[in-house]
Amino acid sequence: MLQRSKKSGQAYFPPRPFFPGDPSQEVEWFQASGKATLLSYVINNRPPPGFEGPVGLCVVKLAEGPTMLTNITDCEQTPEALILDMALELAPHTVNEEVTLPLFRPAKGG
Amino acid sequence: MPTRGGTAVVGAAEMVNASGRIPELSQLGLQAGAAIAAMKDAGIGPKDVDGIACVGNPAEVAWYLGMDPPSYVDGTSVGGCSFMLHVRHAVAAIEAGLAKTILVTHGESGKSQLGRAGFGGGRQTMNAQYEGWTGVTGPPSMFTIPVKRYMKETGTTEEHLAAVAVAQREWAGKNPNAVMKDPITVDDVLNSRMIAYPFRLLMCCLVTDGAGALIITSADRAKDFPTKPVYILGTGESVETPMVSQMKDLTRSGAFRVAGPRAMSDAGITHKDVNHLMIYDAFAHLPIYGLEDLGFVGRGEAGPFIAAGNTRPGGKLPLNTNGGGLSYTHSGMYGMYALQESVRQVRGTAAAQVPDVKVAVSHGVGGMFMASGTIVFSNERP
Repeated sequence: MLQRSKKSGQAYFPPRPFFPGDPSQEVEWFQASGKATLLSYVINNRPPPGFEGPVGLCVVKLAEGPTMLTNITDCEQTPEALILDMALELAPHTVNEEVTLPLFRPAKGG
Repeated sequence: MPTRGGTAVVGAAEMVNASGRIPELSQLGLQAGAAIAAMKDAGIGPKDVDGIACVGNPAEVAWYLGMDPPSYVDGTSVGGCSFMLHVRHAVAAIEAGLAKTILVTHGESGKSQLGRAGFGGGRQTMNAQYEGWTGVTGPPSMFTIPVKRYMKETGTTEEHLAAVAVAQREWAGKNPNAVMKDPITVDDVLNSRMIAYPFRLLMCCLVTDGAGALIITSADRAKDFPTKPVYILGTGESVETPMVSQMKDLTRSGAFRVAGPRAMSDAGITHKDVNHLMIYDAFAHLPIYGLEDLGFVGRGEAGPFIAAGNTRPGGKLPLNTNGGGLSYTHSGMYGMYALQESVRQVRGTAAAQVPDVKVAVSHGVGGMFMASGTIVFSNERP
């Protein structure tokens, strides 16, 4: 889910109860496409506890416009596998009943 | 706009040493030590100061120094460039008559961690919710995130990033107080330990203890002080986003592009007037972004410009002449040390002195492309 302006349809992230830059515009939640591309990343060689081995910290550009930081799953965490501008799709990762993380994975079938 | 050269630095002092450690002083002790040294440089004492600026609690520092309750207080805290903003606000305050003599002080027990509040907030913060969970471990794995994009769009290479560290080590070799002085090569940098691909150890800043302070007053009063005035020609400041992933363009700093040009236009200078430049280098890409965003070079030209030797000793644009955060010192918030080097260069007292510095630009970053501040200094009052 993302938020957007009802007037212009412009999406924004992270969520907040008003449209950034023009709080007079009404906003609404909508179902996002889950499509994104890889904009930039580093591979953290010493991630915190809970991560196995180096992890790519990836800025993805959502098809709707906003950017977000995430991890790319189902993918080697190497410069050879993490290619800028590669197509990605949402891969929700359930942590517990309350928390689901918006991970991404390489898009299947383009 | 404040008057060009209407204010001046009349006292400056720094506490930095080659070990990177000052284990006998707490963070407050460092702030006070630098403040007292800067006041001594200006020939004044705490009772002569009527304005205070620092990151943290200005009341704590003012009271600890034994100042009378000041008429001007600034606790601006936007990361390592906060001191550029403190200087800018001091200029405006003095021009507006809010205070006459303002102390800007900084002390940080970055290495020894004495009397220091921890960084970061709780899990409820925006940064924790939208960035923290991905496996970030502080600035080396965060500030560096935009760079792959910059490299792809401009053709900048890992060798260019390494050249930044090599040039600055050459400057550091001339500075007795620099922590890292031994010459290095591009290969040395590219063979150093991987921290967060594509960033290797020698592309990342030091972690040290340190302190520095400035005394600022009006240019008219400056002649009553024993030091050679370092006039403030122009200033700029801005903020963009607290989260690096939310930069509008990963290859340009929105905050740099407001602070830098504003400082230079307020100063009435062009790029060719600048004899000496400091660009806060927490990591090797910062001077590259800074040179481009401040307009010293064109799109994608900063890496080749540095690799060609233009910023090295003897080059046409001396940059980070103390050795920078990469080789000189970096206590966590480095902006004060950039300002100190600018002041020394304008006074003509730097360890690696550049000949005939008339105009010096000191450009800072705060957070991870979160904030920016720029100060233009000169030895001449326009």
